[in-house]
Amino acid sequence: MTKRIIFGGVAILLVIAAAYASFFIAPEERTMGLIQRIFYFHVASAWSGFTAFFLCFMGNLLYVWKRDQRYDWLAVSGAEVGLAFTTVVLITGPIWAHPVWGIWWTWDARLTSTFVLWLLYVSYLLLRTLIDEPDRRALLSSLFGIFAFLDVPLVFGAIRWWRTQHPQPVIMGGQGSGLDPTMKAVFFFSALAMHVFMLFLVAERYALEKMQTEADFLARELEAQ
Amino acid sequence: MSLFSNTGVLLSKELRTEFRSRELLTTTVVFILVVLILFSFAISPTTEESREFGPGLLWLAILFAASLMLQPCFLREQNNDTLSSLRLAVSDPFSIFLAKLVANTLFLLLTELIMLPFFAIFYNVPVLPELHWLILVLFLGSLGISVAGTALSAISAQARMRELLLPLLLLPLLTPVLVVSATVTVSLFEREPIVKGKGIAFLAVFDIVFLTALWLFGEYLLEE
Repeated sequence: MTKRIIFGGVAILLVIAAAYASFFIAPEERTMGLIQRIFYFHVASAWSGFTAFFLCFMGNLLYVWKRDQRYDWLAVSGAEVGLAFTTVVLITGPIWAHPVWGIWWTWDARLTSTFVLWLLYVSYLLLRTLIDEPDRRALLSSLFGIFAFLDVPLVFGAIRWWRTQHPQPVIMGGQGSGLDPTMKAVFFFSALAMHVFMLFLVAERYALEKMQTEADFLARELEAQ
Repeated sequence: MSLFSNTGVLLSKELRTEFRSRELLTTTVVFILVVLILFSFAISPTTEESREFGPGLLWLAILFAASLMLQPCFLREQNNDTLSSLRLAVSDPFSIFLAKLVANTLFLLLTELIMLPFFAIFYNVPVLPELHWLILVLFLGSLGISVAGTALSAISAQARMRELLLPLLLLPLLTPVLVVSATVTVSLFEREPIVKGKGIAFLAVFDIVFLTALWLFGEYLLEE
């Protein structure tokens, strides 16, 4: 219990520190001004969301291989937390885009692929609600999760064919891209903070799924008596 | 070798079942026709516009039709309780999938070929000049739809609300096929050679990725 409180406390403190750094330490961007500061939150959430989906994918693969329900708990936790972070990305994106591009939404490669990714994991969670038997639910949703994850690079590749309006990658991008050193430091700190927060949520969700499974088991035992 | 001989036998079973009644084919053809006509009412395109949007509408109609057509694929086995005997009869469960996905690809392709003249007339697009390329794109696209669709219909057949669930699982997964097939089809009508080669290669990659995934994980989909 104390471990969970400490973990949660650290995660929340890190997020608060990252918010402070992105508002007061990072320098103001020349053309976009204040609104650019959403970038520290937006991109950090996107990266954490993708990491959470990757955890889900690992859980899916390991479940199919080992058939241990703990991997299924990991998968569902990763999917739900990843979905929450991707939702944040899809909300903060238009908030940034409206003053900068002048539109809320555009069918550009990264926006659209993130949206399809979001839809795929909504389908994944929906599928889980429609299969009652726990082992079958774990197996079938794991297999769908694997197919969905394999689809993501294909979705991105396919949509790239359309002309893209999203800013070119500034981190690990090509020549002429790059961030001011302070901005970079603040960004990587926010990404770290978001990842710790994401892991905390995954751990909490995992514990919840574990309790849920135990409660279901006990309820069935009681019924059988 | 037994994989291919098993697949051959199962494929002839699938084809025989369908061609006895032809239910699936007739329903799908009529469905695509209805959708294409309704689309033209909804947007009433000019000739220029229909060349630009027609292929997208055609592929959307194919996608919707496929998500309905793939529905009975495993449901029939489940309703007749034949899945366990099928699994016992073959040495490699992948042959069950292979037979079903080849049959589905053939059905889809046949439907598309029946629909193509109607599409050309209603949407006033020249399909003849690049027909061989068009057929290749239709084939690769349908193969991709069938591979992913056969796998997912094995999943949805075991869940509640399966009629709604299959399109919900399948359509987002098929986004790449829709995007690329529609783009390549437009480029065929506009005679742009660059998009064509890249798009066909992309569709082939999609098909190979999902065929490999099905080959690796297919047997788990049929576990009792």
